[in-house]
Amino acid sequence: MMRLEKRPQPSGYWTALTPILAVVLTMLVGGVMFWALGKPPVEAIRTIFWDPLFHPQFAAYSRPQLLVKAGPLILIAIGLSIGFRAGIWNIGAEGQYIMGAVTGAAVGLAFYPSESVLLFPLMVIAGALGGWAWAMIPAVLKTRFGTNEILVSLMLVYVAENILASASANWLRSPEGMGFPGSRNFKQWPAVFNDELIANTGMHWGVVTAFIAVIAAYVMMARHIAGFNVRLTGEAPRAARFSGVSPARIVFLCLGLSGVLAGMAGLFEVTGPAGQISIDFGSGYGFTAIIVAFLGRLNPFGILAAGLLMALTYIGGELAQLMLGLPGASIQLFQGMLLFFLLATDVFTNYRVRLVRREVA
Amino acid sequence: MDPVLLVASIMVSATPILLAALGEMVVEKSGVLNLGVEGMMITGAVMGFAIAVSSGSPLLGFAGAAVSGAVLSLAFGFLTQYLLSNQVATGLGLTLVGLGLSALIGSNYEGQRAPALGKLDIPLLGDLPVLGRMLFSHDIMVYVSLALVAAVWAFLKFTRAGLILRAVGEDHASAHALGYKVVRVRLAAIAFGGACAGMGGAYVSLVRVPQWTEGMTAGAGWIALAIVVFASWRALGVLIGAYLFGGVTVIQLNLQAAGTTVPVELLSMSPYLITIIVLVIISARGAQGAPASLGRSFHASS
Amino acid sequence: MADTLLSIRGLTKAYPGVVANDTVSFDIGKNEIHALLGENGAGKSTLVKMIFGLVKPDKGEMHLNGEPYQPGKPSDARRSGVAMVFQHFSLFDALDVAENVALGMETPPPMRDLARQIREVSETYGLPLDPYRVVGTLSAGERQRVEIIRCLLQNPRLLIMDEPTSVLTPQEVEILFRTLNKLKAEGTSILYISHKLEEIRTLCDEATILRLGKNVGTCTPREVTARQMAEMMVGSSFLTPEPKAGAKGEVLLRCEALSLPAPGAFGTPLREISLEVRAGEVLGIGGVAGNGQDELLMALSGERLAPQGAIWFKGRDVSRDGPSLRREAGLLTGPEERLGHAAAPNMSLTENAVLTAGQRKGLVKNGFINWIAAQDFADHVIAKFDVRTPGASVAARALSGGNLQKFVVGREIEQNPDVFVVNQPTWGVDAAAAAAIRQALLDLAAKGAAIICISQDLDELMEISDRFGALNEGRLSATRPVADLDVEKIGLMMGGAHDMEVAHDI
Repeated sequence: MMRLEKRPQPSGYWTALTPILAVVLTMLVGGVMFWALGKPPVEAIRTIFWDPLFHPQFAAYSRPQLLVKAGPLILIAIGLSIGFRAGIWNIGAEGQYIMGAVTGAAVGLAFYPSESVLLFPLMVIAGALGGWAWAMIPAVLKTRFGTNEILVSLMLVYVAENILASASANWLRSPEGMGFPGSRNFKQWPAVFNDELIANTGMHWGVVTAFIAVIAAYVMMARHIAGFNVRLTGEAPRAARFSGVSPARIVFLCLGLSGVLAGMAGLFEVTGPAGQISIDFGSGYGFTAIIVAFLGRLNPFGILAAGLLMALTYIGGELAQLMLGLPGASIQLFQGMLLFFLLATDVFTNYRVRLVRREVA
Repeated sequence: MDPVLLVASIMVSATPILLAALGEMVVEKSGVLNLGVEGMMITGAVMGFAIAVSSGSPLLGFAGAAVSGAVLSLAFGFLTQYLLSNQVATGLGLTLVGLGLSALIGSNYEGQRAPALGKLDIPLLGDLPVLGRMLFSHDIMVYVSLALVAAVWAFLKFTRAGLILRAVGEDHASAHALGYKVVRVRLAAIAFGGACAGMGGAYVSLVRVPQWTEGMTAGAGWIALAIVVFASWRALGVLIGAYLFGGVTVIQLNLQAAGTTVPVELLSMSPYLITIIVLVIISARGAQGAPASLGRSFHASS
Repeated sequence: MADTLLSIRGLTKAYPGVVANDTVSFDIGKNEIHALLGENGAGKSTLVKMIFGLVKPDKGEMHLNGEPYQPGKPSDARRSGVAMVFQHFSLFDALDVAENVALGMETPPPMRDLARQIREVSETYGLPLDPYRVVGTLSAGERQRVEIIRCLLQNPRLLIMDEPTSVLTPQEVEILFRTLNKLKAEGTSILYISHKLEEIRTLCDEATILRLGKNVGTCTPREVTARQMAEMMVGSSFLTPEPKAGAKGEVLLRCEALSLPAPGAFGTPLREISLEVRAGEVLGIGGVAGNGQDELLMALSGERLAPQGAIWFKGRDVSRDGPSLRREAGLLTGPEERLGHAAAPNMSLTENAVLTAGQRKGLVKNGFINWIAAQDFADHVIAKFDVRTPGASVAARALSGGNLQKFVVGREIEQNPDVFVVNQPTWGVDAAAAAAIRQALLDLAAKGAAIICISQDLDELMEISDRFGALNEGRLSATRPVADLDVEKIGLMMGGAHDMEVAHDI
C-alpha cells in the first residue's frame, strides 16, 4: 500500500526533476497515441522534438521559427507566472494579447503612412496599455466587488475576439484591401515593421523584450520586496495582510503586469510575424502560455526553457502534419497532456511516497 | 417574433448549460472546484456525436457522452484527490486536454449529420393549445435535465448521502474526523459532474446545432461555472440562471437574424458581457452559500 | 476485573522521529470519571485517537467489557459504545444543529424525530439547544453542547472528552460538571483529558498521567495535591516568571469606543472597546474563544482599519494606518494562528523574518531585500529564543508549534516595540517554552514597553498581567487590577456582567 507523507519542506530536487519527468511521460503516452492513430511512434516523436532543429532539409526554415514562437509564449508566461505565484488566476491572457495588438495597430494606423522613428515605440506603448486596460477590468471588478477573476478574464477573451473581428472587418480594414477583411500589412510599412534584427534567427523586438522580461522577473521575484510580497500573498494571504501587503495592490500589480506583457506580445506579433490584424490573429498563445508558466515552475528561467520547448512542439507539430499527416489537433492534446503530467508528478515535490505494509488489524 | 417559439427555443438553448452547471454545482458542493467543465463538455460533444453517428442512436450518444465526460473528470479527480494537485491548474489542464482530444477525435466527423433526437409526443399535455407547443413538445433530454434539477435538489436536501456530501464540502477535516470518506465522496461528485457536462456537450452537437465543429461549445462550460455562482449553489438557482442565459442567447441570435442596426460583433459578445455583469452584481451582493472547503486540497495526515 | 470497562495494555504508536505512545497501559472502571493528564505533546491525543479508532496502534491491545476491542474506524468505536467530544469540534458551520447531530450518528432517525430527541436530551441534561439553529451562529459553549448531545443520543458506555473546559466560562464549567456527574450516576464512564489540575481534582475519580508518551503513574486526584500531580506531569521544575514591580509610565496605546463590524458571516463584531495601556504595564485580556479576540488583534495590528479617532498610539490617531505604518511607529502585534497568519508555512525562517521586520531592522532598502542582513536577524532570533531548528533556511512549517511560536514572538520582541499586542502567546506550547515566552514578555515590559496579552489561559493572565479585562461578544469589560480579582469575579467578567454593581437601567 502506498501512502503520501508531507515533506517538511518542498524538495528542490524534485522541483527541477518533475518537468523533465513530465516531458518523458508525455513522449511515452504521446507515442502510444500516435501508434493508435496508425502513425509510427518513434518517428513522430523525432519529427516533433528533433527534426525542427536538426533535419538537413527543414531545419534551416524551422530554427528561426523557434524564437518567433517562443517570444510571445515567454513574454505572456512571465506575466502570468507572477500572478499565479500570488494566487491570482488570469486565464484571459489571450484577450489581453488580442487587445494589445488591436490597440497598438490602431494607434499606428492612425498615423499611416508616417515614417517617424517614434511611431513604433509609440505603438509598443499603446499595445502595452491596451493589454493593461483589458486586464484592469477583472482587477477592478475583483478588488471593488470581489468578482472572480478567472471567469471575468476568460469571458473577456470572447469579447476581445469579437472586437478583433469587428476591427478586421470594419474599422481597421485596409482601404486598399478591395473589401476583404484584414488591416493594412505592416510588413510593407518599413517604419513599423517588426522585422528580424539579425537575419535568419527569428530574433525580433518581441524576443528581445521577452529575454529582458525573464531577467527583470527574476530580479523582482528573488530580490525585490514587490516579488516577496507577491510570493507571500500566494503562500499565505493572511500572513501577507498581517505583514502590511494590500491585497488589492497585489491584484493590480499582477494583472497589470501580465496585461502589459501580453499586450506587448500581441503588438510585436501583429507588426512582425502576423503582419496584420485579421480575424484569425488570436492563435491561442495566451492559453498555451499557461502551460509554459507551469512547465517552467513559475520560475523565470524555467519559463525561458519551457517556452522554447513549447515552441518546438508547435513547429514539430506542423512538420509532423506535413510529413506524417498527423492531425493538427494532436499537438494541442500533446501540450495539454504535458501540463497534466506535470501536475501529476508535482506531488513528489511536496510529498514523499512511502510504502507501508498493510497493518494486520 | 412568436412568443411560443421563443420560449421553446430558450428551453433548447438553455439545456446544455443547465446540465453542465447542475453537475458542477454538485461538484462544488462537495468542496471541489473543477474548472474543466468546458473540456468535459466539448469531449462529451464529440463523443456523443461520434457514437450517435456510428450507432444511429442519439440516446446511445448521450450515454456515451456521459461516460466519456465522467472518465475525463476522473482523471481530474485522480490528480486533485490522490496526487493533491492544484485544482485551478488541473481544471485548466483538463480544459486544454479536452479541447485537443475533441479536435483530434472530431476531425473525421466534420460535415456529417447526426441522427435526430425525436420530439416527445406527450399525450394530453402536448395537445394543449399554446402551452403544448411551448412546453410539452420537446425532446426527452429537455425533460431529463429538468428532472435532474429536481433530483439534485431533493438529494441534497433530504437524503443522508446528500447531507454527507454537503458536510464534506463544508469542512473536510471534520467530515474525516467523523469517519466519512472525503476522497470517495468527492470522486463520486466529480464523476457525476463530468457525466452531466458530457451530456450537456452532447446536447450541443446532437440537438442544438446539430453537427460537429471544432471548439463548438464556445465557452458554454465557463458560463456554466458562472451560473453556479449566480445560483448561490442552489439547484433552483441553476435552473433560473441557465434559462435566463438561454433567453439572452436566443434573443441575441434572433436579433442577428433579423438584421438590426446593432453590429453583429456586439450581439455575439453580449452573452459574455452579460455573464460578467451578472457575476459583478452577485459578488457585489456578497456571494452566499459557497461551500467553505471549496477548492482546498484534502490530505488525511493523521 | 468485573468492574473494568476499558482495559488498555501496552499500546504503542510511533511516528517518524517520535514515539507518541510507548507501551501505555491502564484501566478505566465502570461508573468512573477517569482523567488523562499530561502536557501538550505528551501523547494524550494519539492515545485517544487509538481508542476512538482514528489511529491504529503499532502494538498493544485493548479490551472493552472483557471483549477484545480493535476499532478500525470511528464508526466501529461508536458501535461498541465509545463516543468522543473533540477539543476542536467537528462541526459544520453552515449546517444546523440537527444536521450536525445526524452526521455524527450511524443510523439517524428522520430529521423531525431527531429534532425531538435533541430537545429531550438537552432538557434532561440541562443543556438547552435549538435543533434548527445554524451552528455557525452558536457560541463556543453551545457548540460543545451539540457535540455532547450528539454523543449522548447514542447512549455511550464510554464518553471521551478532550480538553472540554478550554472554551467555557467558569459558570459553564459548573454546568458541564453537573452533566458529567449525572451521566456517571447513570452508568456512563468518562475519559476526561485535561491539563488543568484543579478541575481534575474536583471532578475525577482516577487519573493517569502521561509524559513523553509514557504512562508515568496513576493516582486518585482527591488524595494528592495539585503540586504532586504537576510534578508527575512535568517531570522537572522550570522557570517561573519573576513578579515585577515598578511605576507605570505614560499611556502608550488607547482605544476609544472602538467598534468594527464582523469580518465574515461567522465572525464577531467589536463593540465600543475602550482600553488604555501604559509603558511598563501588562494588560491581560481574557475571555472564551470566539468572543472577539482575533478581531481585536486585527484591529490593533492594522489588518482591518478602524474608524477615525478609535485607536491612539503615543497620542497620535493611528486608526487609518495600515500594518506597515503602525509597525514603523512602534506598535507591533503577534496573531494567534502561527501557521498562515504570523508566519507563511512554506517560506523559510529568513523570509519569515522579512515578513514583519523588513522596515524596523533595515532589511529592505530602496525596495530591495538584503538577504544577508535578513538571515543574520533570523539567526539572532533563533539563538536568543532558543528556537530548535537546523537553521534559518528551514521552512516554517517544519518547526514544532512551540519552536515556531518562540520564533514569531521573538521576531517581534527583538524589534524593540513600544507596544506589543499578542494573542495566545503560549497556545499549544510546552511548559518550558511557555515559561520562556512569558518571561520574555515580562522583560519587554520591564524595559518600558506596554503589552497587551490576549489569552484564554487564565492562569497565564493572572501570572503576568497587572490589569485584567475580559472580552464577551465583542465587548470588553472594565479593566481591573489583577490583585483585586478572584475566580468568581473573573467568571462574571467573562460571562458579560461588565459592571459588578447593579446594572443601571434607562
